[in-house]
Amino acid sequence: MRLLIRKARILDPSQGLDLEGDLLIEEGRIVALDREIPPPSDCEIFEAQRLWALPGLIDLHVHLREPGEEWKEDLETGTTAAAAGGFTAVACMPNTRPPNDSPEVTRYLLSRAREVGRTRVWPVACISKGQEGRELAPFGELKEAGAVALSDDGRPVADSGLMRLALEYAASFDLPVISHAEDPGLSAGGQVNEGPVAARLGLKGIPAEAEAVAIFREVRLAALTGVPVHIAHVSTALSVEILRRAKEEGLPVTAETAPHYFTLTEEAVLEYNTQAKVNPPLRTEVDREAVRQALAEGVIDAVATDHAPHSPLEKEVEFPAAAFGLLGLETAVPLTLNLVREGLLSPLRFAELLSTAPARILKVPGGTLKPGSPADVTLIDPDLPWVVTEEELHSKSKNSPFLGWEMRGRAVLTLVEGEVRWRLR
Amino acid sequence: MGVDFPHRHLLEIGPLSPEDLWTVLKTARNLKEVLRRPIPKVPTLRGKVVAHLFFEPSTRTRLSFERAAKVLSAEVLNFSARGSSLEKGENLLDTIKNVAAMGPDLLVIRHPASGAPHFVARKIGIPVINAGDGFHEHPTQALLDLLTVWERKGDFQGLKVAIIGDIRHSRVAHSDILAFRKLGAEVWVSGPGTMLPPEREALGARVVRRVEEAVEGADVVMALRVQKERHGRSLFPSWHEYSRFFGLNRRVLSRAAEGALLMHPGPINWGVELAPELEDFPGQVILEQVENGVAVRMALLLLLLKAAEA
Repeated sequence: MRLLIRKARILDPSQGLDLEGDLLIEEGRIVALDREIPPPSDCEIFEAQRLWALPGLIDLHVHLREPGEEWKEDLETGTTAAAAGGFTAVACMPNTRPPNDSPEVTRYLLSRAREVGRTRVWPVACISKGQEGRELAPFGELKEAGAVALSDDGRPVADSGLMRLALEYAASFDLPVISHAEDPGLSAGGQVNEGPVAARLGLKGIPAEAEAVAIFREVRLAALTGVPVHIAHVSTALSVEILRRAKEEGLPVTAETAPHYFTLTEEAVLEYNTQAKVNPPLRTEVDREAVRQALAEGVIDAVATDHAPHSPLEKEVEFPAAAFGLLGLETAVPLTLNLVREGLLSPLRFAELLSTAPARILKVPGGTLKPGSPADVTLIDPDLPWVVTEEELHSKSKNSPFLGWEMRGRAVLTLVEGEVRWRLR
Repeated sequence: MGVDFPHRHLLEIGPLSPEDLWTVLKTARNLKEVLRRPIPKVPTLRGKVVAHLFFEPSTRTRLSFERAAKVLSAEVLNFSARGSSLEKGENLLDTIKNVAAMGPDLLVIRHPASGAPHFVARKIGIPVINAGDGFHEHPTQALLDLLTVWERKGDFQGLKVAIIGDIRHSRVAHSDILAFRKLGAEVWVSGPGTMLPPEREALGARVVRRVEEAVEGADVVMALRVQKERHGRSLFPSWHEYSRFFGLNRRVLSRAAEGALLMHPGPINWGVELAPELEDFPGQVILEQVENGVAVRMALLLLLLKAAEA
């Protein structure tokens, strides 16, 4: 089975390529990439004029809710949403029930992914047993079972000594460590960003310092141990400054942010809008601008969605009782494209942020269109207008603050190993 | 009554214009006359049903609303969280939907979650009055405070109002700051550093560290209740230390303007926020606040139910 994608704008940061050309796929692999490839016999042709062809997008940070909270999302619906959003692979966080702190859970996730998954699934396992922050999880066994990285995600490691041990021990297995940077003492009880909006709404705030203090700790631990650390969902100007300094110092630190942090501000929670309740919270215009600049300048390495589905049971309640989190997989492409249209990112940098960098950070295959690589490819129509509605979203949950928004740009074809996993109508 | 009150709910002070505040105050002042009749009852809201939903303990606010409804001849449905289906795990929305199905014309809600009355107002098609939500607002308290000050001082322009205590966690303070500023008063706040708003000018009040500075030349001094039960952890080291540095007494109040009013939303921790010697302070108007609370709540029931009818 052969597929020829013709006349696409090919964007491959791994080779520094931005050219109009053809891509030939055979037996699940990319076999040729050139300005023009004569169609071989017995070959399906996909005309891709005006479309962008990228190495398959990889989401570093999603919540698939399986096992344990399948009423919100499961591996099938979550990866369907991922494919529809243009992602060919997702890294799923371990805060499931039970949490992914044992090889049994990791193996379960991978076997479900083989059965029902529409994209690749890369399990992220816990740093500590039960995410309790006391004892290290069995990193070696987790890696053997298929885990690709470690994180305690929403229950950040409070004990700095344990975090140091985690970095040192993870290095033995070459497993990346992802830090949800939050000082739990500073954020305790917080609902929204600490500032005028919190004061007006009478909600306890989470100061920018809760994130910055924790990032500074991770930066220094990376320096102390020499082991890389990856910072999840950066949301503040202060955090960006700390990361900038760390990178200037040459420390092994990488970071991601999510589209909502460069699109929305804390104003989105006014009227007690629980759809915009997320952790870390949406911040101020100054923070939003700093995050945007950091993406352009390379201080932030990747865009991840922190896709966090919740049902109305968790969201249609009074604000302090509402769960943190919003959907991200299907709106990430158009929201990040906004930065391209605004001249902040080049199309190549866009591909870097959503594909090549995540592959490099997670040390997983992908992020390239080099001949010989698996044919994980995303085709995007960068100008296609569409409106986000509940019907358009494939997630089991519908908790998006972007419902009703007019978007521009969308994935039209998502291939995993040359197989079509999403095709727009 | 033909009064123009362009609001369906009373959820917070923010959306009320100065004219709206004056409408409530003037209506309340007229209704006070009813309260003082030998038989304080009028048939104005006969046939109307008001549901009182208290998800948090309250004595005076609850009784005040109940009295207001009964003087106007409305029926009252009472609900309290204790002993209710909430203890069986029912969620707020289901509870409210069930109450709404019994046909009340208006809901009065007190809830420990900030924004809960907004949530209910969005989900249910009948008027809602916020009787205190979390750390957000207590708008009827602010209105009764306004009425008390207006009656005593005649106007708000140029007044200095000092609010002392737990500003950060007080819904009363939040509503009062907004309400007094809308009518032209300036508001100064002070209290322990752990109880001051982290966002210094968030609500438009002047924030100062020393209580004496806030009280200096003030026309109105309001002490807030220290609500130890509402903090996850202790925000001050001891009651003794609080009363010594942040409590009001005659010495501190001697800095206030001539004829200054002393207010407190109650219930009072005597010996903590207020020294016992202040019980007979000449400008002390704490029980007037309570009486005005009934009048203000009558006014709001009338304005919202008449508006809903129109």
